[in-house]
Amino acid sequence: MGIRFVLMVNKQGQTRLAQYYEYLTLEERRTLEGEIVRKCLARNEQQCSFVEHRTYKIVYRRYASLFFLVGVDNEENELAILEFIHLLVETMDRHFGNVCELDIMFHLEKAHFMLEEMVMNGCVVETSKANILAPIQLMDKTS
Amino acid sequence: MALSGMRGLSVFISEIRNCQNKEQERLRVDKELGNVRNRFKNEKGLTPYEKKKYVWKMLYIFMLGYDVDFGHMEAVSLISAPKYPEKQVGYLVTSCLLNENHDFLRLAINTVRNDIIGRNETFQCLALTLVGNIGGREFAESLAPDVQKLLISSSCRPLVKKKAALCLLRLFRKNPDVVNVDGWSDRMAQLLDERNLGVLTSSMSLFVSLVSNNHEAYWSCLPKCVKVLERLARNQDVPQEYTYYGIPSPWLQVKTMRALQYFPTIEDPNTRRALFEVLQRVLLGTDVVKNVNKNNASHAVLFEAIALVMHLDAEKEMMSQCVALLGKFIAVREPNIRYLGLENMTRMLMVTDVQEIIKRHQAQIITSLKDPDISIRRRALDLLYAMCDVTNAKDIVEELLQYLGTAEFTMREELALKAAILAEKFAPDLSWYVDVILQLIDKAGDFVSDDIWFRVVQFVTNNEDLQPYAALKAREYIDKPAIHETMMKVSAYLLGEYSHLLARRPGCSPKEIFGIIHEKLPTVSTPTISILLSTYAKILMHSQPPDPELQNQIWAIFSKYETCIDAEIQQRAVEYFALSKKGEALVNILAEMPKFPERESSLIKRAEDTQADTAELSAIKSRAQQQASNALVVTDQQPANDPPQVTQLSMVKIPSINNVENNHVDQEVTQTNGIMGEVEPQNADILGDLLSPLAIEGPPGVSGTETPSEDGALALAPVGEQESAVKPIVDIAELFHALYVKDSGILYEDPYVQIGIKAEWRGHQGRLVLFLGNKTTSSLDSVQAVILPPSHLKLDLSSVPEVIPPRSQVQYPLEVVNLRPSRDVAVLDFSYKFGTNLVENKLRLPAVLNKFFQPVTLSAEEFFPQWRSLAAPPLKLQEVIRGVRPMSLGEMANLLNSLKLIVSPGLDPNANNLVASTTFYSESTKSMLCLVRIETDPADRTQLRMTVASGDPTLTVELKEFIKEQLISIPSASRPPAPQPSTQPISPSDPGALLAGLL
Repeated sequence: MGIRFVLMVNKQGQTRLAQYYEYLTLEERRTLEGEIVRKCLARNEQQCSFVEHRTYKIVYRRYASLFFLVGVDNEENELAILEFIHLLVETMDRHFGNVCELDIMFHLEKAHFMLEEMVMNGCVVETSKANILAPIQLMDKTS
Repeated sequence: MALSGMRGLSVFISEIRNCQNKEQERLRVDKELGNVRNRFKNEKGLTPYEKKKYVWKMLYIFMLGYDVDFGHMEAVSLISAPKYPEKQVGYLVTSCLLNENHDFLRLAINTVRNDIIGRNETFQCLALTLVGNIGGREFAESLAPDVQKLLISSSCRPLVKKKAALCLLRLFRKNPDVVNVDGWSDRMAQLLDERNLGVLTSSMSLFVSLVSNNHEAYWSCLPKCVKVLERLARNQDVPQEYTYYGIPSPWLQVKTMRALQYFPTIEDPNTRRALFEVLQRVLLGTDVVKNVNKNNASHAVLFEAIALVMHLDAEKEMMSQCVALLGKFIAVREPNIRYLGLENMTRMLMVTDVQEIIKRHQAQIITSLKDPDISIRRRALDLLYAMCDVTNAKDIVEELLQYLGTAEFTMREELALKAAILAEKFAPDLSWYVDVILQLIDKAGDFVSDDIWFRVVQFVTNNEDLQPYAALKAREYIDKPAIHETMMKVSAYLLGEYSHLLARRPGCSPKEIFGIIHEKLPTVSTPTISILLSTYAKILMHSQPPDPELQNQIWAIFSKYETCIDAEIQQRAVEYFALSKKGEALVNILAEMPKFPERESSLIKRAEDTQADTAELSAIKSRAQQQASNALVVTDQQPANDPPQVTQLSMVKIPSINNVENNHVDQEVTQTNGIMGEVEPQNADILGDLLSPLAIEGPPGVSGTETPSEDGALALAPVGEQESAVKPIVDIAELFHALYVKDSGILYEDPYVQIGIKAEWRGHQGRLVLFLGNKTTSSLDSVQAVILPPSHLKLDLSSVPEVIPPRSQVQYPLEVVNLRPSRDVAVLDFSYKFGTNLVENKLRLPAVLNKFFQPVTLSAEEFFPQWRSLAAPPLKLQEVIRGVRPMSLGEMANLLNSLKLIVSPGLDPNANNLVASTTFYSESTKSMLCLVRIETDPADRTQLRMTVASGDPTLTVELKEFIKEQLISIPSASRPPAPQPSTQPISPSDPGALLAGLL
């Protein structure tokens, strides 16, 4: 049971953030990202948020131009992951104020830090936005 | 945008973003990599700030999919920077760029450890996160004690603790020995008492991993999990920050319910009740609301609750609630819920017996097969596959065939395979099966693997009734203008073998058949030409007396291919040509193919073996396992987690027997099926047989023809049928014996048939069901089952159908009434015909004396008055028994208890004696108390003295003899010579009798 990767990809298929919780070679990542992005981008609003791909199940959500894709194994609770994505977006919203693709691009490190506070080793660590953001606020203060 | 204070980084990102195409991007990236590489070369001049900036660039480039094969050292070295911002970047980039096998990572172990045991909490968090994400075995060995210490320390703050929990989880996965189970279970229980939800969430993840590995050690944690659920779902006792759209941390609820699914059951009634209250609340209290997020979150919990109810196999009421909910879900508009409804229905089928209820939703599920969303269609396909059985196979398979026409390419192969498997497993009749497969080939030939058509050929070959039908169908398909090559192969094969059965029909003369097949020859590939040549040879053989014109035509073809560049074709042409000159002898040499030996369907095997590319085939596997356990009668001897027994599947391979007769039996079985020559290896693929040329190998001794290909060409049918007996593949005596103490199990099994039995006993009546299973792919004829009842049993039996269809099971219920006590045994005379063999067996039925016992436990006050009142023969008999199978007193007590003669410990003051009692039921005696006393001699375990008493003289005698048989019989080995019984009336001078009287 666990999250195997988190991807943020824009409508053009450009990766904006990629975090893997299992080791894949660069080549494997490239192929995998290409395949699932093609699959998910081709889907419409009336279709469900789950796509099966190889041994993964992809739970995804679209926010404006940005797709959030989470790869899980077959044992995960899909809706819990779906809402976990939304929690991530709400957390970013709270920090950036109306988060957009550019925020994630230019604050890649912050997006990574937030995700790192929320997921560790493929498991959810923290779901309180205040607690997730605390270390980032600390960082902002010190720098 | 001067963000994060790293201007250079922002500029770089902007430039990348402005690249017009991939090529420009690559150039820009290469330039930057060169730049970074240069800067890293003289590291001395770099400030920590610059280093930080460059490693971020590296991460960015890496994320874009470019290889970054340098600079790892710089990233790792930032870990030991004294300041937080640099250290933080070092940790994060290291965990993104490196994996556990990198050498550089080892260099960092010491720094990481210092951060973990140091006093700076933020450093501790960073270090724990890195180890939690990429720590390997070496980390596990050197850091586990420190991490455990943090996790249980009372002074450690939640923000560190939650990371420590998941860090330990990683280390545990890398090396399970780092968690000492004995010591850890109590601590785990303490952790689950945690109030802080962050710590509790990650502890629960750790817990899930631990229990999934070994739940036994963690029973004490189970009530804690229920407490957590009560706290969240019932009391809603969580801080505002942890409620999500009004729902107390849905993630923690889900995770906790998941943890509970690793326990096989919940025994403590209070805990169970508390949990079911929570689950009931979830099942009833989840409403559909407008807010999408709230809806999703509440349904995440609901689906997990359903999974938990399914797992705990809760009261029927809750289970039917769940099915009702899922039934509702698969029809809603919201696609996510529809998807999950279908998925969970499939899961439900695998864990509990709800097939009948789910069938009510069949129409809706079939509708989902036409859903615009492929994810949902896949779930529907899996579910249909899982719910298919004999009753609905026709409907489901026909839907699948229809869908095949419109399905996307990615699904066709799977669809074709599933349709073929279902058609094979659940065919109500074989002609339907042939129809389905031919349609399959017609509609999706590209996606029909060879296994599928080979299988059809096997079925047709083994079922004579089917042959004209199959030939006719093949004739119809081959008329079509453009047919798939696979169709060409199967049709040509079938027509070669069986078209003579159609000869009277219009358009089916050998000449016409040949004509229409030969017309297609120019369009087919080389392997198919080989098959066509065989077909021509067969046609020639069947046209007797030979039609000279046809003969010349075919000869011309053979001689044309005698110079073919393809060796296989050339050889066939040469050999067929030579053989066809032999005239009459040709008929014998090219006789019809013999029946194939029964084997496991390679199709189903493939479905089981396939490491499915996607998760799709998962259902096939689970289903197959489920069927293995449903097959015929389940023997209780099988440990629950045994791998599925292929032999129990409907497709059966040649029996494998673990005794010295192995080869012998194999040989016989093979010969029964009309195949001579070498016994093929058991796992040899039947498919290989079909691909190789037809039977050309002459009978042994006839030289001149060589085996045309090495991989096991089928040989000719022997001229004379070999007479051989079909032998049981089980020890019948042992099975019978086992059934003394069990009410269900296998009674008999041979390569073709399995007989199981299931019984219920109440008082002097019983209901037995015999399950007669045909394991083969042809039907069993002339089935007869006659019961020869002994005089003391009244047996009401229904009649057995004469034919058992292929791969199916008939049930044969029997009502039994016990008239009076007797040890005689009812015998089932069972016979059937397989091919030309008549197989007959006489099987004892386990309607034995002790089946009419009801256990009774007596106290001293109840026992002694009875014992005294039954004072002398013929109601009380005593015997010294010698030649007893040596067993300890405990074993003997177990034996008696298992026969429902309940031992009352401590009733007899002498510790070497046993006293037991039971109630016997029959029509003549009504219910009657029986008392038994066994006096053993600790010095000689092979003898004992037994006293039996009851209110009926016959019962006393029968019971005494019955127990005696049990004590001296040795199951599965030859019985020792019967001891000389020395029944004697109890004389007042016998000290044992005096003792008995005193008792």
